[in-house]
Amino acid sequence: MESTITLTSNNLVYFVALPLISSALLLLLGRRADRWGHILATAVAGATFILGLIELLAMVGRDEYSRAIHQKVFTWISVGSFQVDAALLLDQLSICFVLLITGVGTLIHIYSIAYMAEDPDRRRFFAYLNLFIAAMLLLVLGDSFLNLYVGWEGVGLASYLLIGFWNKKAEYATAAKKAFVANRVGDLGLSIAIMIAFAVFGTVTFKGIEEQAESASQAAMVAIGLMLLLAAAGKSAQFPLQSWLGDAMAGPTPVSALIHAATMVTAGVYLIVRSNFIFDNAPTAQFVVVLVGAITLIFGAIIGMAKDDIKKALAASTMSQIGYMVLAAGLGPIGYAFAIMHLLTHGFFKAGMFLGAGSVMHGMNDEVNMRRYGGLARYMPITTVTFGLGYLAIIGVPPFAGFYSKDKIIEAAFNLGGSKGIIFGSLTLLGAVITAFYMTRVFMMTFLGKKRWSDDAHPHESPFLMWGPMVLLAIGSIASGFLLYSGKRLEYWLKPVVDKHGHSHEEFLSHSTVTTLALSAVVIGVAIAIAKYRGEIPSTAPEKVSVFTKVARRDLLQDDFNEAVLMRPGQGLTKVLVATDEKVIDGGVRVVAGAALGSARGLRSIQSGYVRNYALLILLGVAVLIAAIWVITA
Amino acid sequence: MDISYYLYLSAILFTIGAVGVVIRRNAIVMFMCIELMLNAANLAFVTFARINGNLEGQMVAFFTMVVAACEVVVGLAIIVMIYRSRRSASVDDASLLRR
Repeated sequence: MESTITLTSNNLVYFVALPLISSALLLLLGRRADRWGHILATAVAGATFILGLIELLAMVGRDEYSRAIHQKVFTWISVGSFQVDAALLLDQLSICFVLLITGVGTLIHIYSIAYMAEDPDRRRFFAYLNLFIAAMLLLVLGDSFLNLYVGWEGVGLASYLLIGFWNKKAEYATAAKKAFVANRVGDLGLSIAIMIAFAVFGTVTFKGIEEQAESASQAAMVAIGLMLLLAAAGKSAQFPLQSWLGDAMAGPTPVSALIHAATMVTAGVYLIVRSNFIFDNAPTAQFVVVLVGAITLIFGAIIGMAKDDIKKALAASTMSQIGYMVLAAGLGPIGYAFAIMHLLTHGFFKAGMFLGAGSVMHGMNDEVNMRRYGGLARYMPITTVTFGLGYLAIIGVPPFAGFYSKDKIIEAAFNLGGSKGIIFGSLTLLGAVITAFYMTRVFMMTFLGKKRWSDDAHPHESPFLMWGPMVLLAIGSIASGFLLYSGKRLEYWLKPVVDKHGHSHEEFLSHSTVTTLALSAVVIGVAIAIAKYRGEIPSTAPEKVSVFTKVARRDLLQDDFNEAVLMRPGQGLTKVLVATDEKVIDGGVRVVAGAALGSARGLRSIQSGYVRNYALLILLGVAVLIAAIWVITA
Repeated sequence: MDISYYLYLSAILFTIGAVGVVIRRNAIVMFMCIELMLNAANLAFVTFARINGNLEGQMVAFFTMVVAACEVVVGLAIIVMIYRSRRSASVDDASLLRR
């Protein structure tokens, strides 16, 4: 292990400050900024991307072990021995995220200019987007768990504001609330993890904890790991906190693309990879991570098969793909780099597909039901091609991006070895089959077959500002996988951060075997989908379906489970508490008040208003007093 | 003559005053009864001063007279005002405080 050197820099703060200031400007100036708000926001997003590129070039130019740079902005908390600086850290891991966030973010800003052109609140939308960029960059640049936590909450807020952007519709506002509540559960996990970390290590910086990680007690490490996993599950829509992601599609489509596909939902994966020093020393927690990833990847894939709403189908797919990433991150040093690789390629192809879905909706009067699409390829050639490239990338057809990243995850899962390796490896393969099936279904129902839309829809290609970003993302879906994979580029790049000790593992299955297996999985999935959706597709969802389909349409009953197990008992508890408050606490107060009132009523009759009565009472009082004194003294 | 007779007289005067205050309704009469009680007390003070052979009781008697004078001024003013507004000096008519 070579020691890493951290350089200092003064430029990192601009990453967070620029979009934050722009967001504040747009919100504070109000309607005055309506005319140029979107241009400022897009320019700022672009500027952060250029800053990111400059930092990347500088970083590449430096030696492998002195690439990280650090900036202390100000002393945030200083209580006794507890010191927290508001400080930023840009290393090989964060730069990947910075470029993903600002790059995809800029493209989506550009796309939104056209997509939101007719919305009277477009300025507010861009203000929130910039707020999101600032918070997300703070999340990935924070040098301690506490700094990360600020960004973590910030993206949660931005996500809430953007899901509920059209909050005039009550159900959209409810969806935003649901996302926020589910995220709060995860946030609680993160805050508990931070507290345990502080109690055990006396510091919350990544560096400080990493130095002590190996000597810490196993119980503390597992506890921190599980709490971090809970946080990741909340933010990344992993089992059992995944139910919010489908409803989050209520937000405008660019939001779904940027926040709920490419960046924010992958923050959980970032958290796990960033905390590699904790998970590597807590195998139990690591195993739970793999388990959660495996469950979610199958869970999301099953839901994806049943959805007719194009955005919800893509959301289920996002859930499933993040399941792959979480699973990879749980595999330890052999998986971290592939989790990040899949995260980056997924950022390209899924954002591209969401923008494609937005483009379709744009041309189809905001229709989202795929049963009302069909045969759109003739009317939207560019959308079809860009979406198609994303589709080929996600199902893992070589040489598109998903092929490299997913293949490596399947291989890494098999390489766990033993029965675990076989089980998780098979699950990832099964996931690949289902992914191929549901994505083929989405593609066929939308772009191929006969037209099923009503006569008042006039599908047309979207303007340049929309298809431009889609084309760029499609190029990313083609090239990013090969670029990151070839020569193990990303693995070597991330090695100083996630794999300091250098790991070795036995190959359980050879690379070519896994590739063959994965490709046959894809072929099987695509073949089933083509066989099933080649013919007529009814324009309304069939009612007579198997129980299995019904359950999958209802998100595998996750909402019903939450309602029955958490919400109803919660409501019952609230009712009991309200009754207790009414009867016992308020009741006690009422008894005291009633007693005072009753005795006052009785005593009131003494007050006759006649002076002689008062005089008599005074006299009697004096007599009693004198008698009392006499008795006492005598 | 036994000096304690003055004390008996004082007690009798006080009792007459007290009974008068309680049973009479005419404000002026009640007022006179109060004066009677005050003077009964004064008599007792002076008597005790005589018994003890000092001046303290006599001094307090003077204070009582001053207080009684003030009380007369204020009290008579109130009675006159009540009489003007109600055309009656009966204290039972002035029972508005109860409501």
